[in-house]
Amino acid sequence: MSAPQSILPLEVRQLVYEAGGTRLLHDINLTLNHTQRTVILGPNGAGKSLLLRLCHGLLKPTSGEIVWRGAGTRDQPIRHQAMVFQRPVMLRRSAHANITHALKLRDVSRSERPERANAALALAGLSDLADRPARLMSGGEQQRLALARAWVTEPDVLFLDEPTASLDPAATRAVETLIEGFHAAGTKIIMATHDLGQARRLADEIVFLNKGRLLEHAPAKQFLERPDTREGRAFITGDLLW
Amino acid sequence: MNTILNAFAEAGVLLASFDSDFLAIVGLSLRVSLSAVLIACLIGFPLGAAVALFRFPGRGAVALMLNTFMGLPPVVVGLIVFLILSRSGPLGVLGLLFTPTAMIIAQAILVTPIIAALTRQIIEDLWGEYSEHLRSLNAGPLDTLGTLIYDARFSLSTAVLAGFGRAIAEVGAVMIVGGNIDHATRVMTTAIALETSKGNLATALGLGIVLLVIALAVNAGVQIINAMGARKDAIA
Repeated sequence: MSAPQSILPLEVRQLVYEAGGTRLLHDINLTLNHTQRTVILGPNGAGKSLLLRLCHGLLKPTSGEIVWRGAGTRDQPIRHQAMVFQRPVMLRRSAHANITHALKLRDVSRSERPERANAALALAGLSDLADRPARLMSGGEQQRLALARAWVTEPDVLFLDEPTASLDPAATRAVETLIEGFHAAGTKIIMATHDLGQARRLADEIVFLNKGRLLEHAPAKQFLERPDTREGRAFITGDLLW
Repeated sequence: MNTILNAFAEAGVLLASFDSDFLAIVGLSLRVSLSAVLIACLIGFPLGAAVALFRFPGRGAVALMLNTFMGLPPVVVGLIVFLILSRSGPLGVLGLLFTPTAMIIAQAILVTPIIAALTRQIIEDLWGEYSEHLRSLNAGPLDTLGTLIYDARFSLSTAVLAGFGRAIAEVGAVMIVGGNIDHATRVMTTAIALETSKGNLATALGLGIVLLVIALAVNAGVQIINAMGARKDAIA
């Protein structure tokens, strides 16, 4: 996961995404390096989730390019990425089996899987719930399991799509601590959120989207204190954006 | 009214006596229908899942066919299999007509669309939920199929049950391709038809009761498995 083998930087060039004849993302240009935690900020409908999904490869751009420029880009870049969704997808299996399933898809040998899954569960504080059916866990536990399941695949990049949007403050804190752990271990964090507090706590740099356009890309402190655009100022002060 | 009561009494005696001919008929019924359902599962699960997951030309037509074929008339299937397996038919050399194998083939043809169509619906729903996660993990087609079929296992058991119900209760196809030959191809449904027409209402009713009890046992079994699964794996 150290920088020389990473798939980063990520370069997004003139990215356009349309669905049903509507242009949802307009001409996005963006370069993301591996050291900083990037928070994609913007109101609902700004295109944050779309941008994440396009970068991760879950959606195909209408036009434009998404290129992983790093020296570590050999095979399929998606194998060096993981994504955690707002509503975690929980397989109808135990917490432990949810993780071994991800390891199997990453071609980890059968004998190695249980131990690595246990380590991931321990990291997320879920060791006691290893045998619990994932779908019977609480929302916060499920999101931590989703993070453990992402962590176990040792991604270069972790995409997070509003991972705490439906969690209470304590569960949010637990999830944010885990995200910090990823960052400390050298994983690139790219997270979408509309939560300014969360952006303040986690962001090194902010990508501000509004109505499908990239309006600002700046260090977090700079954007949060003095946004360059009218829309950015309105978002920071909680005004409605029209 | 007396006839019916007498028939019930005689049926009870028959059931209690464990008559060997009677048991042979029940055994053959189970063998034929279970084999047919097994074959239908081997074809229907992957087929239904493939139609649910993969975009290919004619996919809509295949889905429509599967749904239509759920209601195939057994006698028509019996007739077609008869034509194929008869001496002058394309597979006549195999000499399968009027054997249990022919009956298994006919029932498998009846049951496969049921299992495939229900599987398609079940897998399509689950795919809607799992798709982003599995694509994020870069799962290939086989891993995707395997994950979905495994995670839908309890819902799929309902599809299997529907298929078995169709097979065990069906008369027309097994009558045509099996011929209802005593000690060879006589199963419960064909025996009931025959005994009723001969006026042996007790035997017919006894077989009918066994048929119902088997259906009840199979359903109860699946329900218990599902309840256990729901507790263990949270299938809901």
